[in-house]
Amino acid sequence: MEYVIQAEKLSKTFGEFKAVDEISFQVSKGEIFGFLGANGAGKTTAMRMLCGLSIPSSGKATVAGFDVYKQTELIKKNIGYMSQKFSLYEDLTVKENMQFYGGIYGKSNQFIKEKTAAIIEQLSLQNEAGKLVGSLPLGWKQKLAFSVAIFHEPAIVFLDEPTGGVDPVTRREFWGMIYQAADRGITVFVTTHYMDEAEYCNRVSIMVDGRIEALDSPHGLKKTFGTDSMDSVFLKLARGAARSAD
Amino acid sequence: MFILLGMPIVEIIIFGFALTNEVKNSKIAVFDQSADQASVAITQELNASRYFDVVKDIHSYSDIDAAFRKGTMKLAVVFPKNFHEDLLHLNKAQVQLIADASDPNVATTLTNYATAIILDYQDRITQGREVPYTIKTEQRMLYNPQLKGAYSFVPGVMAMVLMLICTMMTAVTIVKEKETGTMEIMLVSPLQPFKIIVAKAVPYLLLSLINIASILLLSTFVLGVPIQGNLLLLIGEGVLFIITCLTLGLLISTSTDSQQTAMFISLTGMFLPTVMLSGFMFPIENMPRFLQIISNIVPARWFYSIVKDVMIKGLGFTAVWKETLILVGMTLALLALSIKKFKIRLA
Repeated sequence: MEYVIQAEKLSKTFGEFKAVDEISFQVSKGEIFGFLGANGAGKTTAMRMLCGLSIPSSGKATVAGFDVYKQTELIKKNIGYMSQKFSLYEDLTVKENMQFYGGIYGKSNQFIKEKTAAIIEQLSLQNEAGKLVGSLPLGWKQKLAFSVAIFHEPAIVFLDEPTGGVDPVTRREFWGMIYQAADRGITVFVTTHYMDEAEYCNRVSIMVDGRIEALDSPHGLKKTFGTDSMDSVFLKLARGAARSAD
Repeated sequence: MFILLGMPIVEIIIFGFALTNEVKNSKIAVFDQSADQASVAITQELNASRYFDVVKDIHSYSDIDAAFRKGTMKLAVVFPKNFHEDLLHLNKAQVQLIADASDPNVATTLTNYATAIILDYQDRITQGREVPYTIKTEQRMLYNPQLKGAYSFVPGVMAMVLMLICTMMTAVTIVKEKETGTMEIMLVSPLQPFKIIVAKAVPYLLLSLINIASILLLSTFVLGVPIQGNLLLLIGEGVLFIITCLTLGLLISTSTDSQQTAMFISLTGMFLPTVMLSGFMFPIENMPRFLQIISNIVPARWFYSIVKDVMIKGLGFTAVWKETLILVGMTLALLALSIKKFKIRLA
């Protein structure tokens, strides 16, 4: 099995506070890995370390084969990222945004042109390609943001609560896109608060108080905790949290 | 919160103390070529008044010139030879007042005070005499013979505009990217943070250069304030000040998270001190000691003085190297501080 993310006793402490406390896990290529946890459990901090934005306090981790301590620049080249905040330039057009992000990752004009055309085709945005992103409905924006996050064909894409505030139909379409990406071999690392979305993942980890308390397929988790929904699995674990949600 | 409660206090203090064109203990040069009874008496009167402190080691016109260039003195009183003799035998004598008029307000105030003191002396010695003594004061306004206000406000406006555009716009645009989340995307991209910052700053650098050019063109051709010094030096100093302002904006952006806060800090925290403490509206020499000390950390103060020296007085780099060095030092310190803050945010 080829692992694209490997973490071993990865920790991050701020002073006395252990935001992330010795988490260990592996994610394989093409896997959709759900990263769950209540607010304040340490998800974002863990994700920032894996994205090369934050240097861990201790432990080991590699992302796309690169070390999170020394090779953050190489990691950044090989990952895509989409945050809970919508993060395209609203005052640029759909096309301009794609040109801009393609340029940031050093892609050739030829590549950008072809890819832009493909995405516009895929999202049926032919009529909107020249419009400002700010004028699009939220659901479209999120789908566009995801397409832009994997524009440069990264090995892994990190999605931080990508579907917040999006209607159920769009969410389903969004997950369709995630599956397509995973089929192409892009590993998907996703945080979410929606338990039905957790069911879509191949495997799910649940963080409580900076530690990973459970890690299995959704089916396996439900079996272990003797319930029939991810919701109750999550509640059982999260209720034990010492930290209150922020 | 600190800003909300502290601002009115700071504002009142600054306005209350700085808003004065009054002159106190201003250093003046006395070039006494006759050193007789009358000239010594007048010098003493000048020295005794609370407006002036007389500095005596002036022995030639070139000493006066040097003192003006250094900026240590703004007024020189010149007694011609045989001052007392002329007064006794011709009943009239002349005193020359030479003022550094690159700040016209101060120049006018100083010459008015000095004239008043001299006239006072004249009236006193005239008392009980049939033929009055007349002491004629001849005024010479150096650098700005017509006492045009433009001579002082052109450098001031330049400092103000650059401060406003560079500091505020840099702070606001970077914070805007933080707000919209695009900054985060940039940071996870392979772009180096340093490059992101430089890329954000370059447009404002260019914009500001255009502003400098338009200010200089307008002041030369419309206001009739010529550029006396080296244009390249002036522009070079301009670029330096722009960079200082950009790093200041950068520092603000690393310490704030919303555009409103960034705007507020830039406006009240930077813009007002620039207007009030740079010496452009109110002469620094007349401020209370502690405000003078505070004015030292206002970058615009140094830039204002540089522009005045180079543009109005026509001085070269040797006259402004100290101010330049201070600006360079400030820029480096601000840069180091904001890079450190930026790194902390990332770690």
